[in-house]
Amino acid sequence: MYLAAEHFVRAPGWTWYILGYFFFAGLSGGSYALATLLRLVGDARDEAAARIGFYVSFLTLLVCPVLLTADLGVWTRFWHMLVNVTPGDSSLNFTYGSPMSVGVWALFVFGLFTTVSALEAFVLDRRARSTSSDGPARPLGGVLGRGFNIAGGILALFFASYTGVLLSVSNQPIWSDTWMLGGLFLASGLSGSAALITLLTRYRADAVFSLGRLHEADGYFSILELVLLVAFFVTIAAAGTAGRTLPWLPLWVLALAGIGSSLVAARGHMRIRPSGGSAVIARAGTDTLVVSLLVLVGVLALRAAVIFSAQ
Amino acid sequence: MATTIKPGESYGFFTDTSICIGCKACEVACKEWNQLEGHDGKFLADSFDNTGQLDDQNWRHVKFIDNVPDQTVDAGNGKAWLMMSDVCKHCKHASCMDVCPTGAIIRTEFNTVFIQQDACNGCRNCIAACPYSVISINQKTGTAHKCTLCYDRLQGGLEPACSKACPTQSIQFGPLADLQKAADVRLAALHSQGVTQAELYGRDDKVYGGLNAFFLLMDKPEAYGLPNADNAGLPSRNNVGGYIGALVTAVLGVIAGIVAFRRRGTS
Repeated sequence: MYLAAEHFVRAPGWTWYILGYFFFAGLSGGSYALATLLRLVGDARDEAAARIGFYVSFLTLLVCPVLLTADLGVWTRFWHMLVNVTPGDSSLNFTYGSPMSVGVWALFVFGLFTTVSALEAFVLDRRARSTSSDGPARPLGGVLGRGFNIAGGILALFFASYTGVLLSVSNQPIWSDTWMLGGLFLASGLSGSAALITLLTRYRADAVFSLGRLHEADGYFSILELVLLVAFFVTIAAAGTAGRTLPWLPLWVLALAGIGSSLVAARGHMRIRPSGGSAVIARAGTDTLVVSLLVLVGVLALRAAVIFSAQ
Repeated sequence: MATTIKPGESYGFFTDTSICIGCKACEVACKEWNQLEGHDGKFLADSFDNTGQLDDQNWRHVKFIDNVPDQTVDAGNGKAWLMMSDVCKHCKHASCMDVCPTGAIIRTEFNTVFIQQDACNGCRNCIAACPYSVISINQKTGTAHKCTLCYDRLQGGLEPACSKACPTQSIQFGPLADLQKAADVRLAALHSQGVTQAELYGRDDKVYGGLNAFFLLMDKPEAYGLPNADNAGLPSRNNVGGYIGALVTAVLGVIAGIVAFRRRGTS
């Protein structure tokens, strides 16, 4: 697979809109996956943070089709991704070998999941405010609700990662020289989502319980991201295209700063032992704010570095 | 080569670069027939080539490859310009078709690769995929453009404009099988004359399953900006590896989440 790189291909000119799309897709997918995990394997007191995750997933997803459509030369033809308009061959468009085709369908279907989950979170929050009950019944409760969240979570993981695979399935230098981009974007998206949910706990007092857990999770995601980043550089170095990343060194440094800051914030929480656990944090302070922002900037910088290094 | 053009048969170009004189008649004929406006004139200060590259306005491009050594071996024995009229290769396994999400890129009844303008939405995935840097976006239409192998002319029983205009028959058009035979004869003739560096590119299936527009080259493919057989990979080669990488990361990410969020004595 790793050939001495010899690329004579033209750059597709995917720049700011696509960068924005990749960023928000990572956050949307990552937030939904984390919200699902918080709800299904977490403590009952993690539900507030889970709802933040569902809200974030929905709001960040709303931006995605706007950015994708804006990037097209003929923006009124976005629907051609879903419907084949070839005369005499009109049908739904699904090309399993094209991550762009699969990804557009994933965006469409995941959009339904994230909308329903955000709506459910909104209903639950409304009920909680209007009654004194601590635990209103979930509209999507029981096995059905769990199944819905799990299905949405799997789609979310795909949605956060396919953008990296899309880049690899090309003939562009760097992108096509590695298999790491899907995983790298997913790990980075999960880390950024943990940071964003952490940041938003400042505005929701009942979600503070999950702060330590989110820091801990972010730490693990950052370790994963770091390992994948090293693997990414090893593979493109083997292909002979690593030199193209040098002009974008500041962006790579920003990405590393994001990873580093989340590891620093997580260092007190990553204690993997049956009786142990994340330290409980009273509230999200300025340090949390700074770390979360650094991680989010890192998530954006990583995608920018990957996109621009190849073009 | 007078040819009766029939739907259902494979057609293409055999471009013999050993007899290309760099006159650019092909470029002009292509622009004329296809009503390509071209770009504003630019002096590229690079040989006699001021077209620069294949793109939405240049569906034929005569490459001038400066392979002249500073000093010739002896009088009349130096190397010369490598000239090549480049064009869309109409690959049997086409990278652009491999990734197109809209179904806009189709194979015609003449076994050529064609972009349907009314179906293309300008996503540029084909540009990222084409290993020959053939396709680009037309700023006026916002859609991807490239050589159609004069699809409209073929439908009318006419040979493409570029091959019709080529004064040296460097560009030959015809049924693919006939072109392949002609290429084999020409290669054997050159080899028998001691021109051992001559080779056919895209005549067999080593490059993208074979090219409908294939070439006789006077140097290695890399010298012409063409990927060699070892580097001619379809974008989809990375599908399985890319998804496996994502899947492994997803599993590890979920495990990390479970470790961090699991119910335990934190109160």
